[in-house]
Amino acid sequence: MSITTEEVTHLGKLSRIALTEAETTAFSTEIEAILEYVSTVASITGDNATVGVALGARVNVLREDVVTTVEGEHTETLLTAMPHRQGNYMAVKKILTGSK
Amino acid sequence: MTISDLRTQYIAGTYTPTQAVEAALSVIEKRDGEVGAFLAVYAMEARAQAAVATARFASEGVLAPALLGIPLALKNNILQKGKIATAGSKILENYVASYDATLVSRLQTAGAIIIGAVNMDEFAMGGSTENSAFWITKNPLDLARVPGGSSGGSAAAVAMGAVPAAIGTDTGGSVRQPASYCGLVGFKPTYGAVSRYGLVAMGSSLDQAGPLTNSVADTELLHSIMSGLDPMDATTIAPDTYPVVSEKTHYTFGVPRAFLGTGVDPDVLAVFEAHVAELKAAGHTVVDIELPMFEAGLAAYYIVMPAEVSSNLARFDGIRYGLSVDGPDLLSVYENSRAAGFGAEVKRRILLGTYVLSSGYYDAFYGKAELVRTKMRAELSAVFKTVDIILTPTAPTPAFKIGEQSDPISMYRQDIFTVPVNLTGVPALSIPGGVVEREGVSLPVGVQYIGPHGSDFLLFAIGKAMYDDKKN
Repeated sequence: MSITTEEVTHLGKLSRIALTEAETTAFSTEIEAILEYVSTVASITGDNATVGVALGARVNVLREDVVTTVEGEHTETLLTAMPHRQGNYMAVKKILTGSK
Repeated sequence: MTISDLRTQYIAGTYTPTQAVEAALSVIEKRDGEVGAFLAVYAMEARAQAAVATARFASEGVLAPALLGIPLALKNNILQKGKIATAGSKILENYVASYDATLVSRLQTAGAIIIGAVNMDEFAMGGSTENSAFWITKNPLDLARVPGGSSGGSAAAVAMGAVPAAIGTDTGGSVRQPASYCGLVGFKPTYGAVSRYGLVAMGSSLDQAGPLTNSVADTELLHSIMSGLDPMDATTIAPDTYPVVSEKTHYTFGVPRAFLGTGVDPDVLAVFEAHVAELKAAGHTVVDIELPMFEAGLAAYYIVMPAEVSSNLARFDGIRYGLSVDGPDLLSVYENSRAAGFGAEVKRRILLGTYVLSSGYYDAFYGKAELVRTKMRAELSAVFKTVDIILTPTAPTPAFKIGEQSDPISMYRQDIFTVPVNLTGVPALSIPGGVVEREGVSLPVGVQYIGPHGSDFLLFAIGKAMYDDKKN
């Protein structure tokens, strides 16, 4: 199960982490070794749904859809934690550019 | 020092919460420079709360709440309103919690004094507390060795005598393994017994919070306060979710012999066998059992856990809270913030989780790992028809030296006996089983009792008989 440095770079892109070249090299060796170890599960046969039947059905647990807070109760606390704030808004970089 | 001893003395008036808090602060001052357990100490508030508690004991006596005036330490991935919750990471270095975790408000309602926040492996990823972004916590019993992890700060705070108990979290053994390494009692409850509201999530289908204490009775007390239904965590269970497991005078213990054959230190095995003999001497029955699927548990865990990690840690984006590192566009803010904020082990697990969840590999890895998990549950439900408790060592070795386990897989192998418990959601208690000698130092090792779902209080009953009663 070989993992190339290009694949690690791609995984970094998918998971939104900028990786250095040294990290990419180290992770490709380490992740390859870990994947080789965990791939032992491939030999286990069966179907999850069938095996699970004997253990009983799973049910979803949902809370009543009711408002339990007062409007604006947590606004200031949460805004204070934001790295970039403009008034009552969270500030982010522009993602739409005008013309091409 | 136990919670019950402190309370007895508070009620008798021979010792006060103020004296206990001063004693705790003095131990921290004398020893924490070399141990490095505490990330923050709340001395002023602790003293103020202790003064109130001292006065209350004088007037309320035995009617005082169960934890009144008891100093406790919290692992730093547990949110306490107004306090910094780093989760051991640079990305949350300055993050102030905006609310209390359910377990924190329950402990505080019962009168506990939170004296400080303790160190941990970053985002609870590790088994030694060497992965903290701040510093390495050392084992108070031998400073050249690790206290275990990821709740290593919690274990060290109790083992050095600063507090009678600390709260940790256990995703794959993170309470039980440090308890084993530091000679303490450590407990991982039935999944859903304790609310996860206000815990920094690692693997949501695996995480549970549990105490590290000097007695099983103290663990029982803390667990009974922290556990229970919580509307803020839909996975919390009701008292009737699982069948009642009744107490008996003598129990049948099952030992998975073949599973124990995999890389256990001979001295640890000797301590384990001595515990088996003690159980037999106490009138219990010990039989051999087969748990073939458990041997695949560690591999399944290192698929399921990173998969959940990669999803849970997607929330740290440099936008809403935590560290933010600028870049030319929005994407680079994400990428730069996460690059600067996460340490190597966290990045490794996020990348691994992203890989096993990617469309081409999902069935081969995540699908198979979930199958293993289901098969393990089926195996357990069959085994618990013939035995009451499964017995294993808690960890295959005693505390290792700092820097000794440099390769990720050898570190992961420390979790071999603890991860099956999280994967299946059953409760497990680690109690000190004995000591092994290493270079003239006696190092404790734990034994682990695993019970069926909902048997938490049964484990406490047996644990008290096999540990608390024998110690006194």
